[in-house]
Amino acid sequence: MAIRRGRGVAAINYPTGMNLGGDPTQALVHSTPTGNFMVTLSSVDLGQGMKQIMAQICAETIGVPTDRVVVDTADTDTGPHCMGTFASRGTHRAGNAVIQAAREARQVMLEVAAEELEVNASDLETDGQGNILVKGAPQRSISIFDVALSAHFKRGRSISGRGMFLIPRSYPEKETGAMKPSTCYAHACTVAEVEVDDETGEVTVLTVKNVFEIGRALNPKLVEQQLVGGSWMGISHALYETTEPYYPNRDHGGTDFNQYLMPGPGDLAETEIIVLERPSADGPYGAKGPGEMCANPQIPAVANAVFDAVGVRIDTLPITPERILRALKAQAGAPN
Amino acid sequence: MAKVPVQFTLNGAEKAEFIDSGTTLLNALRDKIGDTSPKGGCHQGTCGACSVILDGELRLSCLTLAETCNGAAITTTSGLSEGGVLHPLQRAFLDAFATQCGFCTPGMIMAAKVLLDHTPNPSRDEVVEALSGNICRCTGYEPIIQAVLTAARSNSQHAA
Amino acid sequence: MELRKSYFADQRKDDLHEIGQPRPRSDSPGHVTGKTAYFADRNFPGMLHLKMVRSPHHHARIRSIDISEVEKHPGVVKVLTAKDVPHNVYTILILIQIGPEDETVLADGKVRWKGEAVVAILAETERAAQEAAAKVKVDYEVLPAVFDMEEALKPGAPIVNEYHGQNYYLYDSGECRKVRLGDVEAGFAGADHVLEQAYQSSPIEHAPTETTGCIVAPEGNDRFTCYTNTQAMFFTLDNASIILQMPGNKLHFVGGTVGGGFGGKVDVIVEPIAILGAKLTGRPVSFIYSREEEMQISSPRAAEKVVIKDGVMKDGRIVARKVTGYTDAGAYSRHSPYGAQKGAGHYPGPYTIPNVWIDTYCVYTNRTPSSAMRGFGVTIGDFALEVQMDKLARLIGMDPLEFRFINAYRDGDMKAHRQPTEGAALIECMQEASRAANWPVAEKYLSMSSYTKGA
Repeated sequence: MAIRRGRGVAAINYPTGMNLGGDPTQALVHSTPTGNFMVTLSSVDLGQGMKQIMAQICAETIGVPTDRVVVDTADTDTGPHCMGTFASRGTHRAGNAVIQAAREARQVMLEVAAEELEVNASDLETDGQGNILVKGAPQRSISIFDVALSAHFKRGRSISGRGMFLIPRSYPEKETGAMKPSTCYAHACTVAEVEVDDETGEVTVLTVKNVFEIGRALNPKLVEQQLVGGSWMGISHALYETTEPYYPNRDHGGTDFNQYLMPGPGDLAETEIIVLERPSADGPYGAKGPGEMCANPQIPAVANAVFDAVGVRIDTLPITPERILRALKAQAGAPN
Repeated sequence: MAKVPVQFTLNGAEKAEFIDSGTTLLNALRDKIGDTSPKGGCHQGTCGACSVILDGELRLSCLTLAETCNGAAITTTSGLSEGGVLHPLQRAFLDAFATQCGFCTPGMIMAAKVLLDHTPNPSRDEVVEALSGNICRCTGYEPIIQAVLTAARSNSQHAA
Repeated sequence: MELRKSYFADQRKDDLHEIGQPRPRSDSPGHVTGKTAYFADRNFPGMLHLKMVRSPHHHARIRSIDISEVEKHPGVVKVLTAKDVPHNVYTILILIQIGPEDETVLADGKVRWKGEAVVAILAETERAAQEAAAKVKVDYEVLPAVFDMEEALKPGAPIVNEYHGQNYYLYDSGECRKVRLGDVEAGFAGADHVLEQAYQSSPIEHAPTETTGCIVAPEGNDRFTCYTNTQAMFFTLDNASIILQMPGNKLHFVGGTVGGGFGGKVDVIVEPIAILGAKLTGRPVSFIYSREEEMQISSPRAAEKVVIKDGVMKDGRIVARKVTGYTDAGAYSRHSPYGAQKGAGHYPGPYTIPNVWIDTYCVYTNRTPSSAMRGFGVTIGDFALEVQMDKLARLIGMDPLEFRFINAYRDGDMKAHRQPTEGAALIECMQEASRAANWPVAEKYLSMSSYTKGA
């Protein structure tokens, strides 16, 4: 009886957005009288930082600092339609809608600035700090604060824009299954290292090294949050989680956090996250959806590592000590 | 149903209410007094989201009867910042990006505060032990552990 | 976390101001001070509490429901049964034309899973609602139930859901969603090795720290505001509108920050019945799942069975892959027909294989209906695919990572569902993993690229 070590690898891809498309999201953007910007949506923030990312996307597109953007969302009386926050679609779909709305608002903003500066709007650029400059002559400039005041009180213009993003729905061909499930895919490769106690069947995940390709990390810290939490959930799925431990038997389902098991703060694997960026052709600033795929590769990587450690295949999730011990017994030729 | 009086201090302020006998401290705080910072994640003592500090000790407010808290001093996460200045733990949670959905955060901060009140320079294992009654489904725990360790370090620097 | 910018550097400009910056989250100060408002942080005077009376049986006919004692219970304000729900038989994906309507808001004549909602009680306090629930008398005639997908698909199995008429979802392509490329049997015939393996999972709970729920308040003008933690505002509003036969303009949904979703809050379960309760009583109504309900009543990730048969050559090329996927929908569709179909679009994984045959089935059994969860339609498939890849590599005596390089898809490769691959990055992820994990692979794999077949 011994503690045995093993490691396993898995590589995966994952589609961004609802399968087969057809999932719209809209956004509205407008400026306040003093040149702050309001993004109006009906998308839901589940904790992934939807509001923060939409603010950064709007700010980048308009050309102002992020703290000048406020996101108002999840109210059906004010926010235009969003299909919902799921299917790794929030950043991709809503982000594209916000870009389109922000571009329209930016154009009006530049037109008003052009009137104030007596130049063509096409000769203007933003400095990202809240100012609009004449290209090549940055001493000729106007603040976005002043442009917004002018638009509101002098020129009678609405610095606002409408955005809509929709991937046309694909319908699978009946016999061949020809279809377009998604327009872009995130990727991952995970190497997991485990210890298996062949006496108790207990698995300890020592390390997980995750490489994720996510298009573009729009806010690296928010991406990191998703990826670290997802990696934890993947390990949790691999080793612990089930509402029906003896499926398809319907008994013994857990009803609280004492019975429904997940790794606690004392059960964490040493986790390494590396991010690659291959911008997607239709993503907002190249982003793909990282939220779901980041929890997938750890499951097979752990399963393969368990095999590498003790030489038994557990092809049924979760990989519990009971399953490992039964497999070890079977391998040794003992009755189950 | 007969009402019973309860009186305690919440974040330093006197509170007095008449409640139904059998009301949990969690429901009294949220529904009667209006402090919604303790969260009801399970109402069965298994998630820690409802954690408060009662006379210096960590308590699951969902398993504590409000009528047993007469005369107690209760602290919740909503009472930690003073004059708009965040408590070092709150600051550390922000800086470590240790919140995602935020639902477990007030309970986590309560558990961490009791730890640091008793053990100002905890080891990682002590932090893990202190947080082990609190469930988080978003973060994978590591950022929370780091936030508590960071807060402990900043506390000890202040003390020095 | 490390950003490795050396990969795909030619495809990325770094001229942005706000994008790519690690800005602090605007919502975090609210989280750490306990000031962020979740739906349940609202308290309305006169608010009623809704509790469900649920089926104790996996499959049973309801002979009668007697609520006479319940209505007399102190604190009980209203008791709802199937006849009170205007459009009681519904399905949520009807909004994107995926029918038929197959689920009841409150059971009508039959229950199809243990835990199914039968009677809704609205009372002044949670305690009164709970006590009253015990006084509901339902006369059940227990029916044979089926829990195993293979059993469910056999002739003569008990029919789980009459709205479908058989224990699988009927796609326009028939009993399963199909993908066909090349000639998979010829591929097996010409392969050096053929390996067929079966993989199995069981249901998994999202377990958000905040349970599913909503609070509905009449606005006093014939409109109702529903404070909810749904993941999809209009999807829920529009389905509630159908179920309640109320124009959408009478409904106002307010969300906000949700205490974790993971796909568990996309079903439309709590909102319609709570709105109905508010409408019929004229009072605010709170319907929040207990942790026990969240664990065993709310939809889990489906259990899946995945059978993979592969033909592989000694040199490492996979020449044929046949995948048969079974998704256990439980008693009702919810999002499962979509999830099973998503699996068909995902297989055979990120590998280029010339001969592919995929069938994915959505199967009905007498268990808690499953639905969406993080990685919907893919997570369990990836477990199966990637364990199978490990087995294949060992079968031909090849390093598992190198084996994946040989088969990895690249730009321009035709996928099984007949779309050319675009934006591939699997090879680069594996190259970086090789380095980070100190898992050496031959130089020829390190010089490969997703851009071309040039290696």
